[in-house]
Amino acid sequence: MIYREAGDFKTTYKEDSQTFPIKFDRWGYYVILAIAFLVIPFVINDYWANAIFVPFLIYAIATLGLNILIGYCGQLSLGTGGFMAVGAYAVYKLMTAFPDVSMIVHVIIAGLITTCVGVLFGLPSLRIKGFYLAVATLAAQFFLVWLFNKVPWFYNNSASGMINSPERTVFGIIVTGPNTSAPAKYLFCLIFLVAVAWIARNLTRGSIGRKWMAIRDMDIAAEIIGVNPLTAKLSAFAVSSFFIGIAGALFFSIYLGAAEVGEAFGIQKSFLILFMVIIGGLGSIFGSFAGAAFMVLMPVLLKNVLVGWMGWPTDLAAHMEFIIVGGLIIAFLIIEPHGLAQLWRLTKEKLRLWPFPH
Amino acid sequence: MPDQLLFAMEVTLNGLMAGVLYSLVALGFVLIFKSSGIFNYAQGVFALFAALTLVGIQNGQVPFAHLINSIFGTNIHNFGWHVPSVIAIILTIGVMVLLAFLVERYILRHLVNQPEIILFMATIGLAYFLEGFGDIMWGSDLKKLDVGLPQGISETVETVTDGWFGYGFFIDKLDIVATVIAALLVAGLTLFSQYTKQGRALRAVADDHQAALSVGISLRFIWVLVWSIAGFVALVAGMMWGAKSGVQFSLSLIALKALPVLMLGGFTSIPGAIVGGLIIGVGEKLFEFSIGPMIGGATENWFAYVLALLFLVFRPQGLFGEKIIERV
Repeated sequence: MIYREAGDFKTTYKEDSQTFPIKFDRWGYYVILAIAFLVIPFVINDYWANAIFVPFLIYAIATLGLNILIGYCGQLSLGTGGFMAVGAYAVYKLMTAFPDVSMIVHVIIAGLITTCVGVLFGLPSLRIKGFYLAVATLAAQFFLVWLFNKVPWFYNNSASGMINSPERTVFGIIVTGPNTSAPAKYLFCLIFLVAVAWIARNLTRGSIGRKWMAIRDMDIAAEIIGVNPLTAKLSAFAVSSFFIGIAGALFFSIYLGAAEVGEAFGIQKSFLILFMVIIGGLGSIFGSFAGAAFMVLMPVLLKNVLVGWMGWPTDLAAHMEFIIVGGLIIAFLIIEPHGLAQLWRLTKEKLRLWPFPH
Repeated sequence: MPDQLLFAMEVTLNGLMAGVLYSLVALGFVLIFKSSGIFNYAQGVFALFAALTLVGIQNGQVPFAHLINSIFGTNIHNFGWHVPSVIAIILTIGVMVLLAFLVERYILRHLVNQPEIILFMATIGLAYFLEGFGDIMWGSDLKKLDVGLPQGISETVETVTDGWFGYGFFIDKLDIVATVIAALLVAGLTLFSQYTKQGRALRAVADDHQAALSVGISLRFIWVLVWSIAGFVALVAGMMWGAKSGVQFSLSLIALKALPVLMLGGFTSIPGAIVGGLIIGVGEKLFEFSIGPMIGGATENWFAYVLALLFLVFRPQGLFGEKIIERV
């Protein structure tokens, strides 16, 4: 009844090509933004921030990054964990070297450093594709993790080999270290997520995004119509690694506080983010959010149900979680290979006809 | 002979033996990829699951003991018998065949005609599922696997090489057995695919699904067959690795070791898997031996990948892969 284009007249081209063409969507988006910025920071406490909101925001950034690479440009990558580690270690080195500079600058520079590394490891994509490329990106994963483990310079020669995030501020507000308040953590990540999502959305609907999609759908045809595969693929790797680097920097400095590279950024992390992309939906911005939310919420929910209500031992619950995650992934792929984003699309189609489906 | 050269020779030999084990895992990948175009990430977890099942059956463990105990408050762990190795192995093969059947029935059948990435993701899901399932079924503690394979350093090799070079090589007996078994397995698989009816059908499916269907080959049967064989190969690999370093979660990570082997040898070639495995095995041991100390050691984790990566840039189809690989 409310959800339709009718009555919403577009009088300029700008209005015609806006991101949310339907009024209801547009208002929904403003309302969500308002809640995220104006309501949640005042009610959030440490548990909610650490267990749900902060990981969700950070994983959503990483998922957006990987989705650009896999979903929009069609280049399968399994090196996400390694690239996140680059972001984390870059921000650590910057934080310790320049204590007075704002964290925002650090995180962005960490993202740029990851971009360089990502482009470097994206070079093989010019020769190979598909699984061969996926396995090639695994090389990045293992090599980077090994590098951060072995070269003491990266962790400032600390005895434990771990990196600890010191206390740093943005405009006088503490955002890292143990004394950070929950709203500060949350807002800091949220600002990055909103910026990243805005960039991603506008890149993917512009000429760069169309080039990526042309490469994804058929690279030879794309080349013939004048898309340069070199720039298209490398720009996808660059943008994707930039986002993933930011996510890695935030994951270490805001969320974990202390990290050991093999544990925090191992191959499992690459798979986790790949799951988020697939379950959310390949080539969809909304899907990236949905996938990240799903994979963050489900373990929390399962743990509460199995350990909290049914009183299972935690190790058993952890194994059960593996079974359920695995089963859900298979079920999702069978029932809806296009992920949660497709379910949302179908819901919207239904909503437009509701309540008179004929 | 100078000492360094002798050490290098010993390292090379050990690398060859390790390479055989990589090849064993890679073989499972190749079999499934050839016949169904599925990149089966779960192969490593198959090996873990097979080894867990083998140990569980051997020791007469009650499946799901931990789960049953915590739900019903009972305290059962063992049936209290000990199954002989041969029977346990046969039973485990049975379990793997059943698993292959279930995978075909509940996963593959529903995913026909999906893009490769979806199938690949499904096998990652399967890997997660099996990992949790195996742990719940048999418990996640480190287990010792003993199926009567010889262990320890081979004295024969030591005395013989001592006689030749004045320096005895240390080579694990288990590695020698593994090499022999791997050779037998490859020979057996080659004979099977060349000279039996099912083997021919398998190759036909690998060549062209549609054509195979149209001459009356049952795709489903072939898939069950091929996943069973992969399960069997996984069992052998699991037995070897399990006897070497115990049955535990890290066993499933050998799948990651096998990937560069595949890239080197080509995804579709059985001899490629063997040769690739040997090259990687020798390469990483020699690299660790010669360059490793200079850059901090533990290079084995990534050397294989970087080697494969460099290799791919020059020869994207691998050593023995099909030439028609799409190049960008």
